[in-house]
Amino acid sequence: MSRLELRHVRKAFGGLDVLADISLSVGAGEFVSILGPSGAGKSTLFQLLTGAEHGEGEMLFDGAPLDDHGRHFAFMPQRDALMPWRRILDNATLGLEVQGMRRQAARARVAPLFAEFGLAGFERHFPAQLSGGMRQRAALLRTVVQQRDMLLLDEPFGALDALTRTAMQRWLEQMWRHHRWTALLITHDVREAVFLSDRIYVLSARPARIVREIKVPLPRPRSLGGDAARQASTLEAEILDIILNATPSKGHDHD
Amino acid sequence: MISVGLLLLAWELYATYSGIRPTTLPAPSRVFEQALLNRQALADNAIPTIGATLLGFACSLSAAFVLSMMVDFFQPLRRALFPVLIVSQTLPLVAIAPLVVLWFGFGLAPKIMLVALVTFFPMLVALVEGYESTEAEIGQMLRAMGAGRWRIFVLARLPSALPYFFAGLRISITYAVVGAIFAEYAGAAKGLGIYMLNAKNNFRPDLVLAAVGVSAALTLVLFGLTVLLQRLAMPWERAGKETAGKGAWR
Ligand SMILES: Nc1ncnc2c1ncn2[C@@H]1O[C@H](COP(=O)(O)OP(=O)(O)OP(=O)(O)O)[C@@H](O)[C@H]1O
Ligand SMILES: [Mg+2]
Repeated sequence: MSRLELRHVRKAFGGLDVLADISLSVGAGEFVSILGPSGAGKSTLFQLLTGAEHGEGEMLFDGAPLDDHGRHFAFMPQRDALMPWRRILDNATLGLEVQGMRRQAARARVAPLFAEFGLAGFERHFPAQLSGGMRQRAALLRTVVQQRDMLLLDEPFGALDALTRTAMQRWLEQMWRHHRWTALLITHDVREAVFLSDRIYVLSARPARIVREIKVPLPRPRSLGGDAARQASTLEAEILDIILNATPSKGHDHD
Repeated sequence: MISVGLLLLAWELYATYSGIRPTTLPAPSRVFEQALLNRQALADNAIPTIGATLLGFACSLSAAFVLSMMVDFFQPLRRALFPVLIVSQTLPLVAIAPLVVLWFGFGLAPKIMLVALVTFFPMLVALVEGYESTEAEIGQMLRAMGAGRWRIFVLARLPSALPYFFAGLRISITYAVVGAIFAEYAGAAKGLGIYMLNAKNNFRPDLVLAAVGVSAALTLVLFGLTVLLQRLAMPWERAGKETAGKGAWR
């Protein structure tokens, strides 16, 4: 039973075709990734889902058209979008405050999660006082506490160094096993997509189409060694092949 | 500070040894001595100037804030208003000041108006550009959270404008003092501007310079207050600088 379903979604900015034809679905408790090259239109897809932009095609949530934007999704933008003037605790409660919860109640709800997110002791810090990885976890905390039906994560670890990124991916996989969020993740990191997802949609370059849908049959918890890891690298190579061979529907710039 | 000291020293030496008459260029020591002797008169005349500066600035700040919000919520207003306001900034103060005094008399009103005239537009531009500096993704995120335009303004656009606001404030406060003195120069019962005019007409450059010193000190104090205010209003700025580069790996 799919929660989110997109049918033939298209979007153009002026004369620029960005999304050519996107159909996808995300089931309850499923972790799905959208993998595509830079500039393909991945963030644009989230703009449509969050109601920042309007496109053509059908977008359904639990079978009903997505018109009442801002109900179903907790959205984490590509840059962490932490407010520099708010302390980490107050950044984390932002979504709850917007939903109308009193500040005290929101703080009480969020505070116990700081340890789990590796932010204990940093509640009173400003974002500028945190490392990149910590900022990303704070942004993720702000996203999940909203208790919406589904997480939209736009390249949550894109700006991190390789070491921190790997650590964060392992941490997120572990968190997901615990919470079983329904999640849609945008990334252009093949390894990240394979490591975290149940399914992967591979996008072409702009104008974006879905080139392939790939199931990731690896057991959880995902590991970095042994048989499963070998299986993972085979899958990664396969996906890389698909991406590099995918030619855009128009134009000759990818011969 | 050192450069100011050296300048004063050079001036003192020149005034003392070049044989120039003190009615043309008085030495700083003489200016200072006269300022002390006339401190009562200087203080009496500084108070209306301070009053006009602060009152005019408060008026212009409130008006700029209200209008900046209207412009932010209703963009066409910007295109309608800004050309008029830009023209208002090109009016030479020397020509405008006597006219405003002619129309509104020697009281407080023309001073407030002139101070507001010179400070209003810089503050308006600072605020409007400050709102626009809001990260687009913060807006998109708030909308996804279910925030309306007003919530987004209060939660994101207003705080984003603070650095711009304070930059505008620091510049405008110095304009404000100059504006007040200009207005008094054009006609007033009391004030540093009219004091300077009278001292000049009585061939007392030492007293003119003493009044200039008072107005400079006044500007510096007001400037310092805005810096202090910014530190209080934006504690995250200093917090960020202090810990920059100390981030742990995790
Ligand atoms: N508001 C907008 N107006 C006009 N063009 C836009 C707008 N937003 C995005 N675009 C264009 O759409 C294209 C896709 O942008 P998008 O941000 O969706 O890419 P992306 O796949 O997220 O890339 P990246 O991986 O680098 O984040 C780009 O060419 C961009 O210039
Ligand atoms: Mg993007």
